[in-house]
Amino acid sequence: MAHTATALDTFPKYLLRNAEQFGSRPAMRHKDYGIWQTWTWRQQLDEIRAFALGLLELGFERGDKVAVVGANRPRLYWTFTAVQSLGGIPVPVYADAVAEEMAYVLDHAGVRFAVAQDQEQVDKLLSFADQIPALTDIIYDEKRGLRDYRSEALHDFEEVQAKGRALIERDPSAAKNWEDGIRSASGDDVSVMLYTSGTTGRSKGVMIRAASAVQAAFDTVKFDDLTERDSVLAYLPLAWVGDHYLNYAQGYVAGFCMNCPESQQTVPQDLREIGPTFYFAPPRVFEGLLTSVTIRMEDAGRFKKWIFRTFTEVARKYGEAILEKRPVPLTGRLAYALGEILLYGPLKNVLGLSKIRVAYTAGEAIGADLFSFFRSLGINLKQLYGQTEAFLYVTCQKDGEVRSDTVGPPAPNVDIRISEGGEVQFRSPGMFVGYYKEPEKTAEAMTPDGYVKTGDAGFFDTDGQLKIIDRAKDVGKLRDGSLFAPKYIENTLKFFPNIKEAVAFGDGRDFAAVFINIDLTAVGNWAERNNIAYASYQELAGHPRVYEMIARNVDETNRRLSQEPAMAGAQIRRFLILHKELDADDGELTRTQKVRRSFIAERYGELIEALYDGSSEKFVSTEVTFEDGRKGRISATVKIAEANIYGGAHASPVREAAE
Amino acid sequence: MNPRPSPAQFAGADDGIAKGDVLLKVDNVSLSFGGVKAITDISFDIRKGEIRAIIGPNGAGKTSMLNVINGFYTPQVGTITFRGEERRAMKPHHAVRQGIARTFQNVALFKGMTTLENIMAGRSVLMKRNIFWQMLWHGPALKEEIEHREKVEEIIDFLEIEHIRRTPVGKLPYGLQKRVELGRALAMEPSLLLLDEPMAGMNLEEKEDMSRFIIDVNQQRGTTIALIEHDMGVVMDLSDRVVVLDYGKKIADGVPDVVKNDQAVIDAYLGVAH
Repeated sequence: MAHTATALDTFPKYLLRNAEQFGSRPAMRHKDYGIWQTWTWRQQLDEIRAFALGLLELGFERGDKVAVVGANRPRLYWTFTAVQSLGGIPVPVYADAVAEEMAYVLDHAGVRFAVAQDQEQVDKLLSFADQIPALTDIIYDEKRGLRDYRSEALHDFEEVQAKGRALIERDPSAAKNWEDGIRSASGDDVSVMLYTSGTTGRSKGVMIRAASAVQAAFDTVKFDDLTERDSVLAYLPLAWVGDHYLNYAQGYVAGFCMNCPESQQTVPQDLREIGPTFYFAPPRVFEGLLTSVTIRMEDAGRFKKWIFRTFTEVARKYGEAILEKRPVPLTGRLAYALGEILLYGPLKNVLGLSKIRVAYTAGEAIGADLFSFFRSLGINLKQLYGQTEAFLYVTCQKDGEVRSDTVGPPAPNVDIRISEGGEVQFRSPGMFVGYYKEPEKTAEAMTPDGYVKTGDAGFFDTDGQLKIIDRAKDVGKLRDGSLFAPKYIENTLKFFPNIKEAVAFGDGRDFAAVFINIDLTAVGNWAERNNIAYASYQELAGHPRVYEMIARNVDETNRRLSQEPAMAGAQIRRFLILHKELDADDGELTRTQKVRRSFIAERYGELIEALYDGSSEKFVSTEVTFEDGRKGRISATVKIAEANIYGGAHASPVREAAE
Repeated sequence: MNPRPSPAQFAGADDGIAKGDVLLKVDNVSLSFGGVKAITDISFDIRKGEIRAIIGPNGAGKTSMLNVINGFYTPQVGTITFRGEERRAMKPHHAVRQGIARTFQNVALFKGMTTLENIMAGRSVLMKRNIFWQMLWHGPALKEEIEHREKVEEIIDFLEIEHIRRTPVGKLPYGLQKRVELGRALAMEPSLLLLDEPMAGMNLEEKEDMSRFIIDVNQQRGTTIALIEHDMGVVMDLSDRVVVLDYGKKIADGVPDVVKNDQAVIDAYLGVAH
């Protein structure tokens, strides 16, 4: 065990400790020229020291801010520590941000230096450098294509390090002074400034205090028992809190090795070669993995298909129980052991997940089947809930107490409460000190008694796990006062493969009702197998047997909702299947495929009224935009169906009126 | 520590010719197939370190010219001087040993082999150990293979094709195949690289990528390049000097701006009765 009893209070202090304690263990790997290049902690210390002293030679002063722009590269990670060791603040920036966004962040943060990965990023920086008076020097990692750039302000990373090394040659006390500086640094300094991705308005600079950052990482490292023998693949965006926390912060505190992939496209291969023990991916990555496996099995021979079907069934029955060390009959254990040899082992190996001890997913809801599939293979996949303002963790699930529909109990030393309005609020060791230069926004995000408002609505389940249901501002109430969380209802519906999109209504109404979009691929496939002929989406969507099928899904959704005391009041009473697919070209979805609720409410106002006035069908005519920009109209008579509701909800007069 | 190869390693073969001096000279070359005159009395030169384009309408004799330069065709009249050595008849593999590499109008790769293997194949001409040593794959042959593999990895990094290192070339889209082909030609460490329509059949984005690689090869590796290309915009942007052929004759030669405004060139491209 490598845990020290108490946490140090800055990351550079951990660098010194790790170089001493795990000096010859790998700290960093990067695949370059087809080979994994390795740096030990001692070598990493040497690289960082050279760069830090080189920065001093360039005139770096305490408190200077340094933008870090690029993909996951050792030198960019070293920049974090080097800057922190000099009392500066690193500001990682999303590398794929367009010039204008990047300029805003750099200007707002007032960065003096920028460390960029390559020519592409340097070009972007140079395109707006003259608008940012504070920015004096740009340092680049890869010199390719930059040979002919003649500028005093441009420096090669290696040359900066060479300056640092020359300084040590000249004046050996420089190295000692640097280490003394680290040892005497205060944990009260800001360790890093992480800009929010800016999906809702302008990016804000979230300031994280060094001691808080370290303390948070210290707690979760202990929670998941991470040690210097663990390893991660650092492939998430550098500027995202998840990467900075899971890889950098936990890496320094636990002393484990960070592996940087060769390029974004080689991540799957690199994952297989490294076989990390700790892994994070958003749900869509797991979904993609499962889809690729399923597609390959479709093309496999009959014997392989049989093995796959048989043993996924065995895994479904016993896998999670074995993972959670619950009692399992001997026959089940034997079958699972055989499956491990024939299927699970090879499959995990192909996916690069053989050595996983702890894996997390977060960010959006994950389907129960998807979640169970990976867990049943013996992968300890868990959920966490977090945000930048918390320096990631707010809740996380304990080994053995994992569910797909909750995000777990509060993380170690985190205090969570649910406000009057149903909003999740927290206080945590890693919580931010404020938004940079925006005290009024900081005040908005906090309660007077020092809790951070997440903006998410949720509640604690009976077993103490937090359940996130929606954005707080979207949650409403039915007329009878029951809670109405549209996204929760929509997500529950969307986990059925036949349902592609759903839009729920109910705020201020008597009951909840939904629009449904069927998934043309899934339902079309089903129709083919069942000899149902159809000529268009519209025809298929209106088919009585499709209605029957969707009604069963809605029924199951209601049954699930009825089991949640907080949700049971807002079961779906009536639904309809839309005659056209919701489309970003028509403004119904955002470009990232999120439903634009208010726009849809306006556009299909007649249909919403029909849901509530008891009619059984409604004629509508809607304008659509084709891919080539032409406009047309789609008209249809849309049927409205009733759904069964389950115990707990009040009796329904509306239903009788409709019949 | 992890030394990165310095750009100096990329410099083209040192042949004692200074940048800007004549590397290859074509004097009064004529080539005919039976009664068909493919090339008539053409002279021009290629200077070390430049990008030289050979352009002209269909059937102007561009590919024939390239084939003459790399020894595939032997001209009936005229001489070719490469690195100060005059010659008339030469086999293509001699051209390779002399430092001339080429790519083809239609991709000519080993479709069943991976990107890595295809580029490795380009190194075979530089391997010193004979086939028996290579089959033993031990001692000096192994050491040699590792050295060559390092060079190949530099090329893979240079062309940004890491993600397809182990993909059979036949499965790749056309634009990437072209890039692999360029990689194989580069693997020979040529001092003169001949590119036969490197951008044929590419979309705009692929063309831009390829242009960037051609410029990078020229600037960073110091390789002299002669290319044939149809896309006039690309040619004028890329090349230092352009020679224009029409019906097997040279009708213009010079920097792009001059050639662009040359009346004979405009006529040839717009079509004037001959």
